[in-house]
Amino acid sequence: MAVLCALCSIGLMVKSAELNIGWIEGKGPGSGAWPFWLSAGMLLVSCLTMYRWFRGITPESRSTELYITRDSLLVVGISAGSILFLLVATHIVGIYFALLLFLLFYLRFVGHHSWLLTVVLMVGIPVFIFCLFEWALKIPLPKSFTEPMFYPIYDLMYS
Amino acid sequence: MSTIFNKSGKLMLSAVLAVATAFGVAGTAQAEWSPKKPVELIIMAGTGGGADQIARLLQGLIEKKNLSPRPFIPINKPGGSGAEALRYLQDKSGDDHTVLVTLNSFYTTPIIQDIGVDVTTFTPIGRMALDNFLLWVNTDMSDITDLDSYVATVKAKGKEWKVGGTGSGQEDSILTAMMEAYFGYEVTYIPFPGGGTVAKNLVGNHIDSTVNNPAEQNEFYRAGNTKPLVQFTAERLPAYPDIPTAKELGHPIEYYMQRSINGPPGMSKEAQMWYIDLFETLFNSEEWQTFCVEDGLACESFLKGDELGAYHQTEIAKHKDLIEKVGAAAITGE
Amino acid sequence: MESIVALLVSGILEAMQPTNFIMIVLGCTIGLLVGAMPGLGSVNGVAILLPITFLVPPTAAIIFLAAIYYGAMYGGAISSITLGIPGASTAVATVFDGRPLAQSGKADRALIAAAIASFIGGTISVILFTLFAPPLAAFALKFGPPEEFALMVLAFATFIGLGGDDIPKTIFSILIGLVLAAIGLDIISGQPRLIFGDISGFLHGINFLVLAIGIYGIGEMLWTLETTKGDVTVHKVRMSARSLMNNLRDIRQYIGTTTLGSVIGYFVGTLPAAGATPASLMAYGLAKTFSRDPDSFGKGNVSGVAAPEAGNNAASTGSMLPMITLGIPGSPTTAILLGGMIIWGLRPGPLLFSEHPDFVWGLIGSLYIANLVTVLINLAFIPVFVKVLTLPFTILAPTIYILCVVGGYAPTQTMHDVWLMFLFGIVGYLLRKLNYPVAPAVLAIVLGPLAERSLRQSLLASQGEMSIFVERPISAVCMFLALALVSYPVIRKFLNKRRSNGG
Repeated sequence: MAVLCALCSIGLMVKSAELNIGWIEGKGPGSGAWPFWLSAGMLLVSCLTMYRWFRGITPESRSTELYITRDSLLVVGISAGSILFLLVATHIVGIYFALLLFLLFYLRFVGHHSWLLTVVLMVGIPVFIFCLFEWALKIPLPKSFTEPMFYPIYDLMYS
Repeated sequence: MSTIFNKSGKLMLSAVLAVATAFGVAGTAQAEWSPKKPVELIIMAGTGGGADQIARLLQGLIEKKNLSPRPFIPINKPGGSGAEALRYLQDKSGDDHTVLVTLNSFYTTPIIQDIGVDVTTFTPIGRMALDNFLLWVNTDMSDITDLDSYVATVKAKGKEWKVGGTGSGQEDSILTAMMEAYFGYEVTYIPFPGGGTVAKNLVGNHIDSTVNNPAEQNEFYRAGNTKPLVQFTAERLPAYPDIPTAKELGHPIEYYMQRSINGPPGMSKEAQMWYIDLFETLFNSEEWQTFCVEDGLACESFLKGDELGAYHQTEIAKHKDLIEKVGAAAITGE
Repeated sequence: MESIVALLVSGILEAMQPTNFIMIVLGCTIGLLVGAMPGLGSVNGVAILLPITFLVPPTAAIIFLAAIYYGAMYGGAISSITLGIPGASTAVATVFDGRPLAQSGKADRALIAAAIASFIGGTISVILFTLFAPPLAAFALKFGPPEEFALMVLAFATFIGLGGDDIPKTIFSILIGLVLAAIGLDIISGQPRLIFGDISGFLHGINFLVLAIGIYGIGEMLWTLETTKGDVTVHKVRMSARSLMNNLRDIRQYIGTTTLGSVIGYFVGTLPAAGATPASLMAYGLAKTFSRDPDSFGKGNVSGVAAPEAGNNAASTGSMLPMITLGIPGSPTTAILLGGMIIWGLRPGPLLFSEHPDFVWGLIGSLYIANLVTVLINLAFIPVFVKVLTLPFTILAPTIYILCVVGGYAPTQTMHDVWLMFLFGIVGYLLRKLNYPVAPAVLAIVLGPLAERSLRQSLLASQGEMSIFVERPISAVCMFLALALVSYPVIRKFLNKRRSNGG
């Protein structure tokens, strides 16, 4: 991980170097100086962490446990994967239908809740989100191509 | 207030009913165009600034006067001196439910940064106001009484003279660069996050002078903390009858900031007409005109549609010239 | 003095008028609920309800908006404690101890501490506001860029020791936060900076909430899932009059830090550039530094909830001061309040106090009332919020994820930020597994832009001379205090060692 961090730092340094990283006489640091030296600092501490790892100073480097076990990968993977799915689906079918599918999956197949509870929440939560954001707070959420379906609701809301 | 909350129960119910029927029927056909969903009112600056205030005032007036069947929702996209807002509008090409409230970064940002947006393709709707600029110093500077003594002092001080502004590439930095080029002096320009903060730093003597809009300085002027030296307008503003314009003193420096409403490229003709009507009504409203007078804005004429488009063309040409003359480097400071 | 009392009484009477009082109750309730939603803060509530206030008289309108602002400050703590996601940037420090308390089944204790501390913070600051508004406004004017930078250094100094024991990893976390904060537009040169792949979403920089929700909402959630293997034990929390009394008795434990936090919060809040978030962070940092038991912070210390809550409430009152007297918003919310005042024809500025005393004192009076009303509403709602925690995990988890997603979307309304949030969540989780502390990164992203800007403004003003920070009295004092704070734990350790050696 520290190796990755060090690589990121180098990347950031290069990116910052596109701007003026020097000290402009009479004006103070240029616009790239701040992120450049910060990333340089990141590189330095990452190297330090790597060194400590090789020397086995930190407890993680001495632990013989696997970084991630199969079980925890499954548990974490399901959650992370379902959020990923939620985001991708939002782009395709809009947030409300994405929420519907996300809840269906999570409640029914992960939580093994009854169909009744699943359906109630599946419909209830998107409706609640809709009322709160679109109606009360007036923050339109992304709807993608399902947008026209909401026109009649707007008709009722604002008439 | 209370009426809205009384309605809430009914609305909630109807919203739920609507979800049930939504899948069957699409929107009903209408003779004249009007928004079918909430309209996004994009602000190319952050919360609390001049553009933001205007957007929120307009939103409030639309609601108060019941001018639109759907609400207007202000959204701030201040990123990259408005570059983010311009890109957003570009991506919304052909959309009839997005309009943009502009400042002059509408012209300058695409010139200074390469963001791949041509603002002349945007759909012009209407110009709501022109904002003015004055040169301000702290009243403690008793030996500076007019433009001549100001220029003399600045020349003597050179780089030690600190001019505050709202950011490199913003209107006041362009005006500052114009003055530097014209009078042949060089100052240190310090950017702050907003006009109000600039004013505070001027009152606290952390900066020596600034070119601010009247609205940002008026209260400090009335309290006797700051004083204007010169106006960069064609005529003296009614609020400052005793302050000369630069033109009167023989210096042809004039600069304004437009506040206009524009749609994304390719907005439908019908929608454009509807928005023009709406904003013209707002422009002529008593509330808007009072606001203009109080804020020192010029709101004599409403430029609409193609007139505004032509105005944008000339302003872009002017800004290109200006930026070329003073050099983009003088504005961005690098 | 007498005149102040008379004006204050008339102000409170003004606030007690039926319309105004209804406005206060409504505003506090709405604010509380909006504030409790992750990602939504007082800005949303105030911005959305601003147009509605055209329908009532200006005094009632500003009272309504101020009440929302106040209520949201209380509300932010609720999601920080019950869900472990900071409801608003001002409530991030509340998560540090609020979350561990809730996980060990003491959510009620944390919520009550937050409510009481908010009340104390609000009351102290509103009293300070009443007594010392004009001199403090004059003092705020003395704060230029060098002073702001010195204050930021002081703020960073209060966080020393917030991270874990692994110093390189803590530093890495701070630095990555600072770098993330640098993304977007460089205000000094007006150039875009660190824009990856020409994606326009990076132009607005990385919103603090995106990082905070990602790390706490998603990252910590995954971490909890893994450590418990998906079998999260639910802590039943029972609320009774007796436990309420017991919890109220806790006050003695945190009254000291709360008072300190309130005074600091108010003071930092009055400085136009700072606002409530640094204030609450500083209050937390100081509470930890001066605590007898600093190691318990971050593991569920009630003072760790009370101090930042007192700080942010005090600061929210404090930030009204520059708004009213200077016309400068101390926070995004006050920026919108300010816009509202201008729309109603009230010009904030040095003359407002003398030209519209009814309005100003009505507002101050309403702050007293709003504070009282909010604490009562909040205490009444606590049993409901605690109930949330008893939901089965497989219902709570997806709900939290959904709140994170819509909460990440709402502030800027771009999917770009939601994706970033998801990314931060995953990265935060992976780093967390390797014992990288994440809190310093969150702090750094809040203070980074302020620190960089004021540093560079100062250097522009001094033409590159670093000495500007020690030549000016206020900044010199701040720098000295920062130095003292950094060395304080070291000195204390040294003294303790000597004492134990001697004895």
